[in-house]
Formats: sequence, structure tokens, C-alpha cells
Amino acid sequence: MNQKPLTVSLSPHLYSGLSIEKSMYGVILALLPALAVSVYVFGLGVLYLTGIAVASCIAFEFAIQKYLLKVPVRALDGSAILTGLLLAFNLPVNLPWWMVIIGSFVAIAIAKMSFGGLGNNIFNPALIARVFLLISFPVAMTTWPKAFAYRLASVDGRTAATPLMLLKEGLLNGQTMAEISAKLPDYGQLLLGLIGGCIGEVSAAALILGGLYLLWKKIISWHIPVSMVATVFAFSGILWLVDPAKYASPLFHILSGGVMLGAIYMATDYVSSPMTRKGMLIYGCLIGALTVIIRVFGAYPEGVSFAILIMNAFVPLINRYCKPHRFGE
Amino acid sequence: MNQKKFKSQTFPQGGVHSADLKLSADQPIQPLGLPQTVAIPLSQHIGKPAAALVAVGESVKVGQLIAKADGFISANIHSSVSGKVIKIEDVMDQTGYKKKAFVIQVEGDEWTATIDRSPEIKRGIAFSADEIRAKVMQAGIVGLGGATFPSHVKLAVPEGKTAKCLLINGVECEPFLTSDHRLMLEHGEQILIGVQIALKALGIERAMVGIEDNKPDAIEHLKDLTKNYKGIEIHPLKVWYPQGGERQLVKALMNKEIPPPPKGLPIDVGAIVLNVATCFAIYEAVQKNKPLFERVVTVTGSNLKKPSNFLVRIGTPIQQLIDVSGGIPEGTGKILSGGPMMGKTLLTTDSPVTKGTGGIVLFDETQSHRKEMLDCIRCAKCVSVCPLGLEPYLLMAMTDKNMLDRAEEERITNCCECACCVFACPANRPLLDYIRYGKTTVLQRMRSRQQK
Repeated sequence: MNQKPLTVSLSPHLYSGLSIEKSMYGVILALLPALAVSVYVFGLGVLYLTGIAVASCIAFEFAIQKYLLKVPVRALDGSAILTGLLLAFNLPVNLPWWMVIIGSFVAIAIAKMSFGGLGNNIFNPALIARVFLLISFPVAMTTWPKAFAYRLASVDGRTAATPLMLLKEGLLNGQTMAEISAKLPDYGQLLLGLIGGCIGEVSAAALILGGLYLLWKKIISWHIPVSMVATVFAFSGILWLVDPAKYASPLFHILSGGVMLGAIYMATDYVSSPMTRKGMLIYGCLIGALTVIIRVFGAYPEGVSFAILIMNAFVPLINRYCKPHRFGE
Repeated sequence: MNQKKFKSQTFPQGGVHSADLKLSADQPIQPLGLPQTVAIPLSQHIGKPAAALVAVGESVKVGQLIAKADGFISANIHSSVSGKVIKIEDVMDQTGYKKKAFVIQVEGDEWTATIDRSPEIKRGIAFSADEIRAKVMQAGIVGLGGATFPSHVKLAVPEGKTAKCLLINGVECEPFLTSDHRLMLEHGEQILIGVQIALKALGIERAMVGIEDNKPDAIEHLKDLTKNYKGIEIHPLKVWYPQGGERQLVKALMNKEIPPPPKGLPIDVGAIVLNVATCFAIYEAVQKNKPLFERVVTVTGSNLKKPSNFLVRIGTPIQQLIDVSGGIPEGTGKILSGGPMMGKTLLTTDSPVTKGTGGIVLFDETQSHRKEMLDCIRCAKCVSVCPLGLEPYLLMAMTDKNMLDRAEEERITNCCECACCVFACPANRPLLDYIRYGKTTVLQRMRSRQQK
């Protein structure tokens, strides 16, 4: 027998073929319908801004891996692209390009690579960047273009408040729910996304479509999105039943703002979410509850980003105490 | 294949779906020619090695007892050939360890006179429970599913426990392997008689045979046969690895969870689990007086010329099985004993077939290497596929950081090494390598604590 020595290794000898790249590019693919709706609603500026975010995220990741950390470069494993995409989805389309680049830097350099890169970051990088920008540039970050504003000839009147801002301001000014409702888009518009807002938040339907794809491909499990949306619905529903004149309807809450984007794509971020099913349910429920608390009782009209970041910090604790059912015990 | 014909059961927690790759499913079992020499290790089972009864230079016959069980958890060893013992030396077996073995030069094929070699099926069971246990022990039967636990021990229900149901494992959930499948098709009735014998030994009436529904022909065949065998039920099971694991099988068929190892055994929930090949061996031992000296082995691989199922004498060099199947293909990188999920890699094809060898799988060089390990992305796949509800990512980290107290608290010793976690990991992390090491160390510590 004239043969090369045999390879000796421990089992298993067969693999599922799953890879980080497949998961990441799967999520990117799932986000494309929402991106397409956004281009339709806000114009080509969406692609311009998304392109800047994605390119700068890849560039920062590449530079840090190659020149600073001197580790193998994996800037195209999909995670940097996904961070860029999610960052862009959380920005208004008319944000200046240099702010986007600052956001990418915060996401990649500070929130991700300084912790050790993919897998080691505690917080969701795209959300850290969004919150950083929101606090640093509050005006630019809350100046929302109207839907289809790019088709208008004049520059005036191109921007408008988001439904959640209308709600918050209206309530602060002592308007009743009925008065505010007159200004809010109806549920159909919310679902399809023909409203003002961040690039990626507009169309709940497109986001849900992508979410179903992720579930089908088993890239995410249902636990976090369902528990989070259900909690937002239930909590805001209770408030609404108590006093419909003061609180918005639960359907409005789940279809507006970042609930769908957050529940399906941000809270399910592998790295910063819990490891067990039980933990995921608790995590999702608490994000939902915090979102409603911030929206209804807080100073900001929207609370999904904060809610997810706050719960990111609790993930190690959740992992410590939420164990799977140990077989036979 | 019409899988919808059956309503298949399964276990509810964890598991993975892996490719079938049953290349040799249609190949009838053929007897492999006699080798020139055999090497029969004294330890082919869990427990103490058997004690040698013959010396160098002695002549032996097929089926002659050549090493006697040393203690209760041990097993007799019989010669698989006739000829002369030329030496007793250390031979590398499939685990890679050297073990003491009889090397026998084959001369002719003379069987001991007590073995009934007639082809007809003997149906009536004329023995008492004690006689059956004695015969099973005498024949050196061990679990042929791979665990090689002495079967006579299983057939004796320990005091204070009650047996309720006998479970027969015909799952064969490992990709590639087909030896149990062929055995069920070709010797189905003998298997069922073996099941009846085991039922009699245990003093119970009910047996359930679990078969994965990728073997509809075996399910149909055994279902037909059970019309004449009362108390034996055939249960189709979903193709879902590790369906053939003892704990998963008991959960799927009886909906009961065996308490965790090392203490928990199937008998704790009233179950005894035997493999179909073991039942066939029990039939041959009790009805035909034939000790366990040959078994069915699948030889397979994507590039192998003739994937086959052979009836092989224990001690035959594995190289001979591969030669008859068309030889080692060009570019073979890895040869497994057992299936790809739990099998061991061979260091050399000179290693002998032993009682626990169910299959030989050849892998191409391109499939023989692991991919580069990346950082854990905490996707939780390992947690969701673990059939025992463990957290492999955590156990690996605890082992790596030498936090063995915490690893023990997180139930590292429950791990059955099914390898679902590594199979599913997108970051190519060698979770199980670490867990095996941590588990062994923790078990040692637990034992030394008990001794204090």
C-alpha cells in the first residue's frame, strides 16, 4: 500500500455547511425588499447613503484588522456590510454624508473592533452608532423627509415629522388622541411604508417578508421577534384600553417606528442576544416593554434603539440564569 | 420512497438533519472470504479485558472459547477461524490504542461441533430466563450498535428496578451505514425471534422496534413479520440525528427521559435497549449455539468503487474489506470506523474488525480536513441542536479557561458526544474536542472525590 498517511481527527467528520458568511449574507438578502421600498419612497438618495455606510464600514473593518490589530482580514464576511446596512436603515435619508461616516466609525471601530471584533462585542454596533449620532446631531437625525419628497419641485415642505413624533408632540401640547389621529397615516400606509421616517423603518410589510425568509432559512428563530412585538402590542394595548384618548392603539405602535426593524433584524443580532430559547423570550419581552415605556413615558418619541441597547447589557445575566431544559432532570 | 405512509415519531429537543448517503443500502450482505491471519483483541467490549485461555502454538476451531470474561462486566472471546495461534501481541485497534490480541494463522474452516449450521429458522424457545442469560454470556455477546456493553448484564434487571418495555434500536441514524438495514431485510425473522428471547429473559411482554423512515422497506418487512410475533411493535421514526442515541430513542418511543449519566440508565425508566444486530446475535447464540465471532460490516465512501455490506469474521484486517470493495480510491484522506458523526479515524487499515465495528467509511482528502476556527459569534446554534439541553459554547469556554467547577455545574458530564454542536457550528469551532477533554477531567475529579 503506497499511500499518504491517513488523517486522524476526532468526530464529527461531516458538517452542516453553515458558515458565518451564509448567515450574514442571508440577513442582507432579507433586508433588500425593505431597501427597495425605501428607494421607491425616498428616492435614489437611499442608495447613495446606504452605499456610503456600507463602504465605510468595510473600509474601517479592513483597516483595523490589517494595520492596527494585524489579524487575518475578514472584512467581507458580511458582518461589516450588515452593520453598514443596518446603520443606514436607522438614518434619515437626508443626513450629510460625513455624519454617516462618523457613524460607521463608531459602529466598527468603537462598538465592534475595540471589543475584539465579530463575536465579542457586547452591544449592537449599528445601534451604538445610531444613538451616538442621535445624541451628537439631534437636529439632523430627526429631520425626516416626507414620503416621495424627492419628487417635489420646491425645497420647502420636504420634511415632516414621523408618526411617532406627531404623537409625542401632540400629546405634549395637550391635544387629544382624536385630534392627533387625524394627522397620522392609516394602518395601510404604515404597513406598506408610504410614510416619513428612517430609511429602513418605513415598510413593515417588507421587513416582515424578509423576516419570514430568515425564519424559513433558520437563520433566526421566532423567539425574539415574536416576544418583542407581542409585548409591545400587549403593553400598549392595555394602556389604550385604559384610556384611548391618551394612548395610541397597539396596532399603531407595532407598525410605526423601529419595532419591526428592531424586532426582526436588530434584537436578533447573534452576538448581542441571549443563547437559550428561554433567555430569548425574556429578552424580547423586556425590549418590548422598555420600548413602550420610553415611547409613552420618556422624552424621546422612539425607544426601540435604547431598549435593545439596554437589554444587550443584560444578556450575560440572562445567559447565566436561563438554562435550557437539561434532558433527564 | 414514500415516507408519508408512516406517521413517524421523534424526540422533541435538539438534533440535526444530516445527509443520508446510504450508498450501500441495496447491496445484499455477502460473506467475506477467509483472511490468512486474524488478530482478535482480548478487549472488544466495555469492561475488563477477557482472560486468555489458549497459548501460542495451540490449534483452535471456529467458535472455540479462547478468552474468558473476567468479572461480571466483561465478555467471552471466541476464535473466528480455525488454525494455529502464532502469537499474542499488542495490535493497534480502531481506537488507536494497542491492545493485546491473539494472532491466528488460518488453516481450513473447521467449526466446533456444537454450532448448528443448518439454514432453517428455529422458532420455538425452549430455554428459561436463566438459561438464556447464561447462553448469551457464554456466546460473548455485546451491544453491536457500537457501545459494546456486555448484553447479559442488560438482560439481568438489577434489584429494585422493574423492566417494562424492551426497545430495539433499528434506527441506524448515522449517515452512510447500512449494516443494520440489510440485516433487518435479510434476517428480519431471526431478529424478531431474538427479541422474543430477550423478552423471555427479562420476563416482560412488550417490545418496540424503532426504525428511521428512510428505510421504508425494512419497516414494511418487519411489520409483516410481526403478525406472527405477539407483543412486538414496529415504530417508524423521523430521520433526525441522533435518533438512535439511547436517550433519544427512549424519549421518542416511550416519552420518558432517562436521568443523566453516569448514574442514569434506561432501566431507571423501565426500558432496556438492544440493537437489532445484537438481537440477531442473541438468536444465533440461543437457537443455534453460535457464539459471536462474525458480524455485518458496511464498507462505503463516495469514491469507493463498490460500497458493500459484508459478513465478516472478527479479527479480519480492515484492509481486506476495502480490497474487496475495489481498493482504497486515489486521494483518500481519512478512513473511519463507524459513521461520520461519531466514528473514529483509523491510523492504519491493518487494524482488525472487532465486535463493535459496524462500518468503514472512506473520505476523500478534500473532505478530510477541518476548516479554520473563527471566533464564536454566539449564534446559539450549538445550544439549540444539543439533544441534552447543554450549552456547548459555554462548556468549551469553561474547559479552555480551566473552570472545571463551573463546567461540572453546567452538566458537562451529561454530554453524549453526538457531535451535533460541531456539525452545526458556523464558525468551525471544535466544541466537542474541548468538551471531551473537560468531561474526562471532571469525571476523574468526581471519582477521586468519592474515594476520599
